[in-house]
Amino acid sequence: MQIDALYQEIILDHYKRPKGRGLRDPYEAEVHHVNPTCGDEITLRVHLDEDEKVADVSYEGMGCSISQAAASVMHDLLRGKPLPEALRLHEAFSEMVGSRGQLAPDEELLEDGVAFAGVSKYPSRVKCALLPWMAFKDAAARAAAAAEVDVAVTQKGAVDG
Amino acid sequence: MVSTRLLRPPEQVPDVTGYDVEKLREQFPILSREVNGHPLVYLDSANTSQKPRQVLDALSEHYERHNANVARAVHTLGAEATEAYETARVKVADFVGARPDEVVFTKNSSEAINLVAYTFANVTLGGGDPRFRLGPGDEVVISEMEHHSNIVPWQLLCQRTGATLRWFGITDDGRLDLSRLDELVNERTKLVSYVHASNILGTVNPTSVVIERARQVGALVMLDCSQSVPHMPVDVTDLGADFICFTGHKMCGPTGIGVLWGRRDLLEEMPPFLGGGEMIERVDLTGTTFAPPPQRFEAGTPPIAQAVGLGAAVDFLSDIGMDIVRQHERELTGYALEALQTVPGLRIIGPRENTWRGGTISFVLGGGSGSSPAIHPHDVGQVLDASGIAVRVGQHCARPTCVRFGIPATTRASFHVYTTTDEVTALVRGLEQVRKVFD
Repeated sequence: MQIDALYQEIILDHYKRPKGRGLRDPYEAEVHHVNPTCGDEITLRVHLDEDEKVADVSYEGMGCSISQAAASVMHDLLRGKPLPEALRLHEAFSEMVGSRGQLAPDEELLEDGVAFAGVSKYPSRVKCALLPWMAFKDAAARAAAAAEVDVAVTQKGAVDG
Repeated sequence: MVSTRLLRPPEQVPDVTGYDVEKLREQFPILSREVNGHPLVYLDSANTSQKPRQVLDALSEHYERHNANVARAVHTLGAEATEAYETARVKVADFVGARPDEVVFTKNSSEAINLVAYTFANVTLGGGDPRFRLGPGDEVVISEMEHHSNIVPWQLLCQRTGATLRWFGITDDGRLDLSRLDELVNERTKLVSYVHASNILGTVNPTSVVIERARQVGALVMLDCSQSVPHMPVDVTDLGADFICFTGHKMCGPTGIGVLWGRRDLLEEMPPFLGGGEMIERVDLTGTTFAPPPQRFEAGTPPIAQAVGLGAAVDFLSDIGMDIVRQHERELTGYALEALQTVPGLRIIGPRENTWRGGTISFVLGGGSGSSPAIHPHDVGQVLDASGIAVRVGQHCARPTCVRFGIPATTRASFHVYTTTDEVTALVRGLEQVRKVFD
């Protein structure tokens, strides 16, 4: 059945057993994002360590399986990554789910995140998958600003594959 | 005292034994479509209704044979188009028991509500009939079960004028809480605007008790009839409100056309809403005088073909008979309420009894005490769609209602005259499928 392409086992697993859920201290920035079409909400905190690594992404929220699983997968992917690399992953994930099925997902880069490739064929669900990622991008920028890191500069020097 | 006033008169039950829904469905081309390899099960009529052949034909015939602008051309086509547009106004007026010169064509219900809201703003700013003047200390009353379109215009109006917005609550079983009616609607109230039939709960609200109270305190009453006019007999004289609005696309008509009905004496006192062509009497560069209603409120080229299409939709519904439409949906709703409650973990949000409610049923799956975790409506809708079943999921432009019931969103099935019990059964089966995926 076609619907299996969307609701992959990985997504359902993360939905039923989310990783890293719950708001934790310390953090440099907290944001609250909503998806007004379906009422999904996420509160997300970012903690950067002294080396500008993403030491923690903690979150709390309510929403559909896609948005909840996306937050869980994102937590797994981003924790411990240098901020520029985390932002690069954000970009890669956004590109994949926005590609309407045209982009082959990079499994090495996105790991469990490639399970969301199926979402790209459901335009109404793209926003669900992106909700935690957009919240992360927002929070990361604020956290970086708080830590006086110039995100624009680090972003440019980011990509190394 | 209050409880006797709140007693509702019984609704009359017409005989629908002669009504053949399968035969009627043949008139809706889209209903024979397949979606994702399954026959379409369209349960989203509260969102927008489907259109019968005669409406589609009226639209294309208008464009193919009579297309011209209205109220300005002397040529034959212009006269035909004008005649068609004004005939549609008469049909719509007849449909709700109104005078044609009390029917203003708008883009949709939202515009109709905004038209009235801006009347208050403009009179407050520029002077005019004191019934439309608002200021600090004045109050506008809405309800917790409103569509955003009957909340936001009044919030904006109150912000501009300094008036206070108040609202009726909702009871646990999804009824309008009128226990504080006399306190909420008081000498400071200038307008009460609320929904006749809720787009999310399905509740059909009482009107006479509220209107009677509004009359006592000199407040105007507007009813959002977007979900009632398409589904039951509505007569503006019987209702006794000052304004009602509804929209064409929910009543088997085209998108892009809605209706504001207003009492003639009020419309005459109202300043223009939008300025432009056709709403004027005489324009000088130093000032303008305005056309009488309804033209005063129809600036620019109106939705001509859409009006013609709406006229055809009204004919279509009248030929069936609105009491038959109502009774068909009532029977369907009774069946659906029972069938849905057999689904484990399903909780209906809104009235569970089939009285004073319409064929719009919201529910949540799971998440109740002792049951499996809630399945988000977005996921419910997605899995149903894979079986060709179209429902609406989300907050239905009624976030305060969702907040009231402590839920992020609902799944909503909504019916119309063409909906069948088989489709309701398909929904129930689809929900079993949903539970398999997520349990």
